[in-house]
Amino acid sequence: MTGTVDFLLVSMILANLWVLGSSRLPSCIRALAFQGVALGLLPFALYPGHITWDLVMLALISITLKAVVFPHLLKRALLEARVDPQVEPFVGHGVSLVVGVASLALSVALFRRHPLPIVPPSDLLMPVAVSTLLVGLFVLIARRKALTQALGYLVFENGIQAFGLGVLKHAPLMVELGILLDIFFAVFVMGITIFHIRRAFATLDTLEMAELRG
Amino acid sequence: MISMLLGLLLAPLLTGVINRVKAFFAGRRGRPLFQLYWDLARLVRKHMVLSRTTTPVFLLGPALSLASLVTGLALVPLGGPALLFFPGDLLVLLGLLALVRFATVLAAMDTGSSFEGMGGSREVAIGALAEPGMFLALAVLVVQTRAVSLSEMWAHRSLDLWNSAGLVLALVGVALFLLLLSESCRIPVDDPNTHLELTMIHEVMVLDHSGPALAAVEYASSLKMWIGAALISSLLFPFHTGSAGLDLLAGVAVVFLVALAVGLVESTSARLSMLRVPQFVGLSSALSLLALFLVIR
Repeated sequence: MTGTVDFLLVSMILANLWVLGSSRLPSCIRALAFQGVALGLLPFALYPGHITWDLVMLALISITLKAVVFPHLLKRALLEARVDPQVEPFVGHGVSLVVGVASLALSVALFRRHPLPIVPPSDLLMPVAVSTLLVGLFVLIARRKALTQALGYLVFENGIQAFGLGVLKHAPLMVELGILLDIFFAVFVMGITIFHIRRAFATLDTLEMAELRG
Repeated sequence: MISMLLGLLLAPLLTGVINRVKAFFAGRRGRPLFQLYWDLARLVRKHMVLSRTTTPVFLLGPALSLASLVTGLALVPLGGPALLFFPGDLLVLLGLLALVRFATVLAAMDTGSSFEGMGGSREVAIGALAEPGMFLALAVLVVQTRAVSLSEMWAHRSLDLWNSAGLVLALVGVALFLLLLSESCRIPVDDPNTHLELTMIHEVMVLDHSGPALAAVEYASSLKMWIGAALISSLLFPFHTGSAGLDLLAGVAVVFLVALAVGLVESTSARLSMLRVPQFVGLSSALSLLALFLVIR
């Protein structure tokens, strides 16, 4: 199954690059949905011998949330707050792409230098997870709009979930469900907050918000 | 030998195929398939107009490009090992392509026109991004096949390789295709039919060429495209039929399929704004680098 695992992991990396390189918010959201699908299918490819009903259910919930519900919520926030769909990065798209690839190189080097005590099911899984995590953080700080920060948070979360897949064969069902519920509410709240920020300040530009500190 | 002759003979036909595909999508009949041949024949018979500002460097440009590309064609395997092959010939091929760029830009600068200087600067800026992509893409294939010559890589390609490392090969294939688009000045990067100097890249550099020099430039750019498509065809198309003739036929067919794909891309996508072009070209490096990680992990 290494072929499938590699395919899904590369899809995740490509989604990262897509988020970093795209200049339109709807396109970034689509990239996120794509990454959610790849991540949701990953457990089946990683542990083909351990497919249980909870795993299938969890994957279904995870994919529905990450590929349908979150993109929908973000898109609605985008429409209702009438946000200009331009991304407006602090760091340009070209440099962002370089950062994306560099983060992968860094994570590959990191796990070469300091291998984990456990053996992950695929030697590419951990580097991809950490690189996704780093890309999420980078999107959080390198983009101006409040909406892109929600996006960065979700990419970051995808990284954490991928990392968890490598460490634990199965997290207890309740824990996974709890995490998913948390993210769901976080995105829900972010959507509402974005709408209110937009109504109160007529902009989503986080630079302008920094000036409100007084 | 035959594959090289075929390349020399059929290269202008690629442009014809692309134009026909574009015309089909636009609902027109389009130019004749052999239009570029008639154009070349017409241009060769014409006189050259040389600006008084130009020096012999101006004529060296087209001559050097044509010479390098014909040499480059001798290094590219298609349906059989290439005419010339030796360890490291892929570096020579990339060097020749760089030489073509250098000669074209030098000839453009020699005219003293500010527009052509601008075109040259763009060409070099994009080339600087495309070259790492080419090196990385070929490096991936070197590591994957343990071959250091294009013809050896051609011999190594097989379905087994696609089974064991299909993802890597697919990434390299996409990277090479993106590079082909940018190197042969096709649409997302440059528009070969544009008439506005401000947006041209390749076309603006050859504005001052006329007659046989222009014919050399046009022929050289179709050869460049043939080399790119032949690389994709012979490094990635996995089937060996056993008979040399059939192999050659399949290789050439894939070359024309690549031209078809270029036509499809051109008909369905708009040209990128100049600021986004570096990103598009850089993507090929990113994809190749990703493939390299997959190979050497």
